[in-house]
Formats: sequence, C-alpha cells, structure tokens
Amino acid sequence: MDFGAINPVVLIASLMVASTPILLAAIGELVVEKSGVLNLGVEGMMITGAICGFAIAVETGSPALGFLAAMLGGAVLSLVFGVLTQVLMSNQVATGLALTLFGLGLSALIGQGYVGIKPPATDRLDLGPLSEIPVLGRILFSHDLIVYLSLALVAGVWAFLRYTRAGLILRAVGENHDAAHALGYHVVRIRLAAIAFGGACAGLGGAYLSLVRVPQWTEGMTAGAGWIALAIVVFASWRAGRVLLGAYLFGGVAVLQLNLQAAGLAVPVELLSASPYLVTILVLVIMSADRGRAAVAAPASLGRVFHAST
Amino acid sequence: MTSLLTVEGLTKAYPGVVANDRVSFDIAEGEVHALLGENGAGKSTLVKMIYGLVQPDAGRMTLRGAPYAPPEPSAARAAGVAMVFQHFSLFDALDVAENIALGMETPPPMRRLAARIREVSETYGLPLNPDRLVGDLSAGERQRVEIIRCLLQDPRLLIMDEPTSVLTPQEVDILFATLRKLAAEGTAILYISHKLEEIRTLCDRATILRLGKVVDSCNPREKTAAELAEMMVGAKLTAPARGGGTPGDVVLEVSGLSLPSSTPFGTSLRDISFTVRAGEILGIGGVAGNGQDELLAALSGEAQVAPDAVNLKGQPIGALGPSPRRRIAVLAAPEERLGHAAAPDMSLTENALLTAAIREGLAARGFLKWPAARAFAEKVIEAFDVRTPGPGNAARSLSGGNLQKFVIGREVLQRPEVLVVNQPTWGVDASAAASIRQALLDLAQSGTAVIVISQDLDELMEISDRFAALNEGRLSPPRPAQGLTLEEIGLMMGGAHDMEVAHVAE
Amino acid sequence: MIRLEKRPQPSRAWTVATPILAVALTMVAGGLMFAALGKDPVEAIRTIFWDPLFNEQFASYSRPQLLVKAGPLVLIAIGLSLGFRAGIWNIGAEGQYIMGALAGAGVALALYPLEAWFLFPLMVIAGALGGWAWAMIPALLKTRFRTNEILVSLLLVYVAEQILASMSLGLMRNPEGGGFPGSRNLQQYPAAANPELIAGTGMHWGVVAGFIAVITAYILLNRHMLGFQIRLTGQSPRAARFAGVNPNALVLFCLGTSGALAGLAGLFEVAGPAGQISIDFNQGYGFTAIIVAFLGRLHPVGILLAGLLMALTYIGGELAQFMLGIPAAAIQAFQGMLLFFLLGVDVLSNYNIRLGRREVA
Repeated sequence: MDFGAINPVVLIASLMVASTPILLAAIGELVVEKSGVLNLGVEGMMITGAICGFAIAVETGSPALGFLAAMLGGAVLSLVFGVLTQVLMSNQVATGLALTLFGLGLSALIGQGYVGIKPPATDRLDLGPLSEIPVLGRILFSHDLIVYLSLALVAGVWAFLRYTRAGLILRAVGENHDAAHALGYHVVRIRLAAIAFGGACAGLGGAYLSLVRVPQWTEGMTAGAGWIALAIVVFASWRAGRVLLGAYLFGGVAVLQLNLQAAGLAVPVELLSASPYLVTILVLVIMSADRGRAAVAAPASLGRVFHAST
Repeated sequence: MTSLLTVEGLTKAYPGVVANDRVSFDIAEGEVHALLGENGAGKSTLVKMIYGLVQPDAGRMTLRGAPYAPPEPSAARAAGVAMVFQHFSLFDALDVAENIALGMETPPPMRRLAARIREVSETYGLPLNPDRLVGDLSAGERQRVEIIRCLLQDPRLLIMDEPTSVLTPQEVDILFATLRKLAAEGTAILYISHKLEEIRTLCDRATILRLGKVVDSCNPREKTAAELAEMMVGAKLTAPARGGGTPGDVVLEVSGLSLPSSTPFGTSLRDISFTVRAGEILGIGGVAGNGQDELLAALSGEAQVAPDAVNLKGQPIGALGPSPRRRIAVLAAPEERLGHAAAPDMSLTENALLTAAIREGLAARGFLKWPAARAFAEKVIEAFDVRTPGPGNAARSLSGGNLQKFVIGREVLQRPEVLVVNQPTWGVDASAAASIRQALLDLAQSGTAVIVISQDLDELMEISDRFAALNEGRLSPPRPAQGLTLEEIGLMMGGAHDMEVAHVAE
Repeated sequence: MIRLEKRPQPSRAWTVATPILAVALTMVAGGLMFAALGKDPVEAIRTIFWDPLFNEQFASYSRPQLLVKAGPLVLIAIGLSLGFRAGIWNIGAEGQYIMGALAGAGVALALYPLEAWFLFPLMVIAGALGGWAWAMIPALLKTRFRTNEILVSLLLVYVAEQILASMSLGLMRNPEGGGFPGSRNLQQYPAAANPELIAGTGMHWGVVAGFIAVITAYILLNRHMLGFQIRLTGQSPRAARFAGVNPNALVLFCLGTSGALAGLAGLFEVAGPAGQISIDFNQGYGFTAIIVAFLGRLHPVGILLAGLLMALTYIGGELAQFMLGIPAAAIQAFQGMLLFFLLGVDVLSNYNIRLGRREVA
C-alpha cells in the first residue's frame, strides 16, 4: 500500500474534472424538474451526447464541434421524451426509462466504429500567470473551458431562477400547472424548452466524459452517471448551489476510490468500485429522512400529467 | 351609464354539450353585474371566453365600443379585464409578491412591487404581507392576493368567480364594501354566484343562465330569493322535509382530538371535542382550508389518532384504520369525488367495491365476488337515481351530481351507525343537491348519527340539528342550529380574521 | 390543428390495438434504421421476425431458444408489472436477478458435490430469497424514509454487478478451473442442474415458473382483493388510502414479489442455460423486462405474448447479426424504439384526437 502516491493537489484538480459530467447533467435536470417534469432519461441522453460528441470530434478533429454536437444530440433525444410526455401525455416515469434504454442502444449502434480510437485533445484554457500560482493554480486555473462553463452554468441557473421573470414563470409552471395555465402561460411550450435545455446539458456532460475524462468511447461508459445526477438533484433539494456541492462530493468519492485502488488499499476493489453508488444511496436516504424539508422543496407538479381540459 | 362590455351571440360547444348557446348581455361602467346560474349552466365557460382562456365558436364581444376578442389572458389583461379565480391560480410555494407578479403584464421590480402591494392592500382594507408564502395563508388571505393582483392593474372590468365561498359572513361584508368602493370609482364588476341573498345585496343587475342560455335578466333587488331561485333552476324548489324526532344516545364521542398536518401546507387539528347522538345531524361549518379534510381523515380512519380521541359508544376507535372502522359501521364520504371518494378510471362496480367490500360481503377470503359487487352498484344506482348507462361505466364519465349521488348512496345503503360527509353537495346541480340532503335527513331519521362538514352555510342551516365551526384546526363548541343568526355563525367561524372595512371615505 | 380530448372512459378497443400498432410502427421505423445502416430493410425484418420460427435452416435451433429467452423475461416482467400497476417503480430487476443467481448458485457450490433430491428445491428457495432480499433494500428505505425507490433500486444494480465480479473472481471461482474467472458449471452437477425438460423445446423449470406466474398474476389482479388494491393504488393513491389500503404493506409486497421473481429467473438461468456464475452473467433481462411489462400493457396474458415477441427480437437479432452483419446494438435500439412507440400511441386509449381550432395551451 502506498498512500504517498496520492497527491492531494492532483486529487482535488481531478475531482473537478471527475465531477463536471455529473454537474452538467444535474444542473440541466434541475431546470427540467423545476418546470414540473421528471425526466428519468438522463443516463440515455448523457450516453447519446457522449457518442455524438466523440464521433463528431473524431470526424472533424475539433472537440468544440464535438461538444456542440453532443448538446444537439442530447436536446433532440430529450425532445422525443418531451413530445411523448407533454403532447401525447405519456407517463413520465415510463417514458424516461424508455429514453434511457433507447439511448443506450442508439449510442452503442453509432459507436460501432469508434471503439479504441483516441479523440482529439481538448485544450486547457490558457489563463497565463494564474495557472502558475502554486497549489491554487493547479487546482483552480488549469482546466479546460467546459469545467469553467459548468460552473458558470450553475451560477447562471441560480440567477435565472431567482432573479428573472422567465425563471419565476418556470417555477410557477412547476409548482401549479393549472394555475399557470389559467393565467395564460404556455405550460407545454415552457416545459419543452426546459426539457431541451436539460437534454443539451446532459449531452454536454456525456461528451465531457468521452472526450476529456476518460477519454475514449466504450459502450455503456456512463455507468450510472445519469442516475447519480438525478439523485444529486434530490440531494440538492432542487437548489442550484447545492447541486454543485453534491456533484463535487460525488466526484470526490469517485476520484478518491480510484486513487485508493491504485494505491492498493486492503479493501476489495469491487467494494471501492461500488462505493460511489453506495454513497449516493446513503445521501438519498439522509435527505429523504428529513420529511418536512424534502416535501416543501420538490416542485408540487413534479411528474404530473398536464392536460388543458378547457 | 355607458356600456363597457357587450357580448353578442357567444357560442361554445364541447363534445356532447353546448356550454354557451348564443349568449348576449352587456355590462355598464361602474355596474355590479351578477351572472347567476346553477353548476353546469355555463357561467365558467362564459367568463373564460371574456378572459381569453377559451375561444368562442361564434359570436362577438365589444369593449368600450371596440371589437374585443382576446386570444389569451394577457390580451384580456392588457385591455383592462381582470379575473379573480375560484380555484387554480395561486402558487403555494411562491411568496405573495411573486404570485402577484405572475398575474401582471409588466410587473415593476420586486421591491417596488412589494411596496405597491402594501399600499393598495391598505387602501382597500385587505392587509397582506408580500413576503409570506402563499401556502401558509388562510383561504380568505389567498383571495386577497388574487384581488390585489387584479387591483394593481387598474382594471375596468373585474370578474369574480364565486368569491364568497371561502369567506366568513363578516369577511363577505368587508369584501362587498371593497367592491362597492371599486364600482363607485367606475370599475365594472362581473359577479358570478349561485348565492341569491348575496346577489340581492350587492348587484345592480343580474343575467340568469340556464343550460348555456340566457333565460332572463332582472334587477335582483326587486326580486325575492325564491323568485331568483326559480329563474335559475327553472322549477319550483321544495325545501327538504325534516322529520321531528328526538335524538337518542350518544354514538360518537370525540375528545381532545389533535392531529399534526401531514402535508407542508396543511392544517393541524387542535384539541377537537364534540359528541353526536343517534338520529342527529351535526353540521360543521368553516371556511375552506381550516381543517375539514383533516377532520374527515381522522374520522374515517385514513389518519390514525390517539385511541381514545375518537370513541364509538364508549369504545376507543381512534387508532383503527378505515377498514376496521367500516366493520363497526363508521362510514365516510370525502369531499373530492374524483380521486378520493372514487377512482376516476374504474367502473362503478369497482368503485362500489372500494368501500363496500366489508359490510356488503363482496369478498370471501380475499377473493372478489364480482356479481355481488355489480348487484350492489346497481342497487345504489337504482335507489339514488344515478343517471348512467350502467355499473360498467367509469366514474369519471358521470356528471358531478350523479357521481356524488353514487358516492353518498354507496355509504347510506351500508346502514352506517355514524356517517361523516364532507361537502356533500359541492359543485352539484340543485336537484341532485336536494335529493342528497333529503337522503341525509332520512338517514338521521332512521337513527344514524350524521356529521356534515360543509362550507355552504345555507345547507347546514337547512339540515343540521346542531352547528359548530372549524377555524384554524379548532372546533367551536356546538350549538343548536335553530335560531342562530348569521352574525353568530360568522363569529364562530372566526369573524373577520384580520380584515378591516375599506376606507371608503378616504 | 390537432387537439386531444379526454375520453369519458378508456377505450377498450384501443387498449388492445395500441401494442399491435406500436409493433407495426416500430417495424417501419426499424426498417428505416436498417436501411440507414445500409441493409435491406425487408430482409432484416424478415430475418428477425420470420426466419427464427419458420426458416427450415434455423428453426430447429431457434425455436427452443424462444422459450429459453422468454422464460426469464416473462417471469421478471410479471413481477415488475404488479409494482408498475401500483405506481411502485422497481427498475433494478437486473440487480435482483444477479443476487438471486448468486444466492442459488451459492447453495449449490457450498454443498458440492452433494447429490440429494432436495438440493435443487433448496436452490430455488435461495434464489427467490436472494432477489427478495435485494429488493427489500429499496422497499424498506422507501417505507421507512420515503427514499425514492426508482433511484435506489437502479443504483443497486451497479452494486450487484460489483458483487458478481467479486464472486466470480473470488469466492465462487472454480477451484478446478485453472485460474479462469467463473464458477463450476452447474449443468455438469446433476443435482443442481436445471435441464431442458422436454428435448428440443427449450422448456426448463424457469419457463414452467413463468407460466405459473402468469396464471397466478391473472387470478390475483382479477379475482383477489390484493390485486384490486394494487390497481386502485396505481390509479388513485388517495382513494386507495380511503379504501383502507396500507401503502407501506403494498410497497413491501410489490417490491418483494418482483425481487423474488427476478431472483428466481436468475437462479433458473444460472443453473440452466448459463450454467455458471461469470462476470458477464447478466444479459440485461432485468431491463428488457421493463419493456416487456409495458408492451404487455401490464396485463399477465399481454406480458406472456410480449415476452415471446421480445425473445424473438433477441434470437432474430442474433441471426441478423450472423447473417447480415447487423450490430447487436441495433436490436437494443429497436427494443427501445418499440417502447417509445407504445407509450406514444397509448394516448389513443385515453384521448380522442380531433382536428379543429386550437385552444390556448
């Protein structure tokens, strides 16, 4: 066993990288759920984004185009869910599951020719002297654009929900869609927009996984990241700031267990590999045990079918 | 007076029903105009068209001489039409200011809006704290939010849909003072109600709708309530017949019943005590959201309480669930027909099974006896004149009145010792309401202890022997219903809470 | 514009017709997908849906496979459908399937080389218990803490996969296997084997259990109070409480039953067609069963038919892979598509579609 191999600075820096895919997916799902829609297809949208981004980046040689394609792929797939649940009023739980199953199959299909290929590298953002600062520079100022984008997105979603009229309307739709409809808001349209945003975020998160974090394509490579993103939204009590906390907490566990595996800790490898999932379950239990707060935090119309009867 | 809004030949049809059939009337500026009609007469559809929520199939409207056809509510609001909804337009988890901002076209920044809310609410005697969560407000306060939301936009026409159903008599007086002040300032008010005395007190003119058509119009002050009722229903109504008879022994005793709320915005029951005798009807009044649902749940067994908080003939039953209570003939019919008293997508046969399996022997060792269930459903349909093609039809395919007759009939026919009903005639047409009330009176006559929870004071005065009121989860001591004045009832219901009369003089 | 109007009651005709319509639409869309892959769509569809059953060359191999694949799918889907009907979402059947197999195989491997008549029944019980216990984790967390059972049951699949890996590399590894991962082959251990009961049919004990599950579920849902309570809870939870249903007991029953059935499916698989515990023992039956349950409209007979159809896509998919080079992933996407179409056309059972002016929505 060699704990000396674990460098805390590298550990924290890689924590941010490890957390980014889940952070992106979770912040997107937060917006979707705030609008009153439960999309359980995050895993499917992430893996679709992972392969779309990977394939386009490989074909064009441009990771940036890859990320854009991933967002598009995730959004298009999410709109399948959107049309089914919002226009055809299908059950959201079942449709979300279908999205995940379909996404896993579709991504494997697209990814046939991309197994074992190395994608073009995503450059770190050049922050000049900031990156040179000891410790802090390595932790905070030596990442690629997407890491910073994900942080900006969290801040943006927070401000959007809290300070803008559009954010207020989105929350209102999620809280009581009948009342929002009676006041003349377009419930279905607003929800479709939120779903597409969530899809784009999940797609981007998936592409970050295949283009930066791993970086290569393997079937089913998201390995439950989408489900963990869903759990993080619950953990965060539907608040943007706490999504960041949850994602980084999870990223920390994921990175730490990998490092412990590498260091040869005297614990079965399988237990370490299972630890992120176990920790997520534990966190879910703790959050849901606190009945009062959890009940108030969830959008009241979450998962309910809306049909304008008159 | 000049005409503000003219409606000509407005027609709207839904599959199987013409909701509005060539409806024409007009409203003058500064007029308080009543739209009077039974449930299902088409009042809601008509105001939804005026507010832009529903588009008419035919007909036209003019507002101040100009053609008016709002494609959506924001257009109606821009034209100066505002609406206070009976249900469905507030957001529990948002605060008062946010709720109000959502109903405005171009709200000012939040801080300015909050100041405006305080200002307007004080002018009209409707105090409101803009920072409070709407879910924590009482029903009366919630209505204030809706009214303030409208007033902030200086409407020319204010539509009010059944506004008094959530108010105590004292609060109604204050609301009327506010509305008169508004009318005096030139705002027209379209007032929708089926409460005749209110319309006689408040309104200048009344348009009466029946089955989607305008059947009459009048000055309500010149008519008696009975005459108005006849115009509305189209037939003479007979008040239910009350048998004499003295109540028997105490059957149900509730003492010190407390129940913390199970939902974030629910009401907790606090130290409720009362008794009901055999053959007696206890009426429990109160404004919506003061613990009615919770009280029903505690009595039906859906919510379990301390064993001795509820006693049947001296036996503690508070800890029993719904099924054991049914076994000892304590039955209930909740307010919400679809989704609580009945499962919407299930057939009437299945819905009969829902509460009658135990007492009617519709299952043996867990296995269902479908023919018996069907026979019981048919018996209810027959005995309570439920209009439906047969027991195989889904509950949601029935009209409100017919489903309510089924729900009440299902319990009545199980020979209860105690029957608890919540809002037995809510949203039900007059003839169905009359037959339900009669059924409850007959049931009491036959020796059952009946508890009627209702927000309709007229109904409670008509059928109950004793009256008590729920206010914020507490129950007033019951008093004999005969001889109670509206004033006294209002005070039992909590008076005017913290409302004050509008500063009409200014 | 198209407008949807809620029917006064669900249409019986459409309830039966929608799965058929969905299958037809999926064939069309799937054909387009195969065409996009550069394959002849008609030939691909024929290879998947026709050849396994009726082509002389393949049918003798494929037909028995139909029951082999349908058995676990139906067994798991029947269990899941009970919960789905009640609004209790166990989507971790894959994990319960693994745990059932591990528990059942564990009994056999622990008692090896005991030859006793009671060994196989003991394995069956252990398999059911293993799946049941794994499903009790989300069930207890839900009843005790109201933790979302969807997320917990799903996350436990990944944990179960880790346990499977650990077992096949460690505790259950065949000591005579020359260091290769994977357990002893139970098919070569007569007392523990789940053999083909009638030669050439693919019928094994798991298929028998599947049929029993279908019949039992049918009686439960149509003739028994518990089944009525399950349906009532799914349609109208508040009415169910009013009717006296104990929601917690129902969660324990539905999750427990579906877990036990998934565990049984795993046991029959490991003792029969698969033969041994290995790292890649689970083939996604637990997830495909979700599609089977919905495609069968959560109705036992429907699930039986849907299970056979889905088994056919597996076998036909393998054939198409072998004959036409259509990738296995295409079949997975095809199955997902089927669920999409089914959920989409479902609107027809509850709503009328009208052409006309649009309301503000």
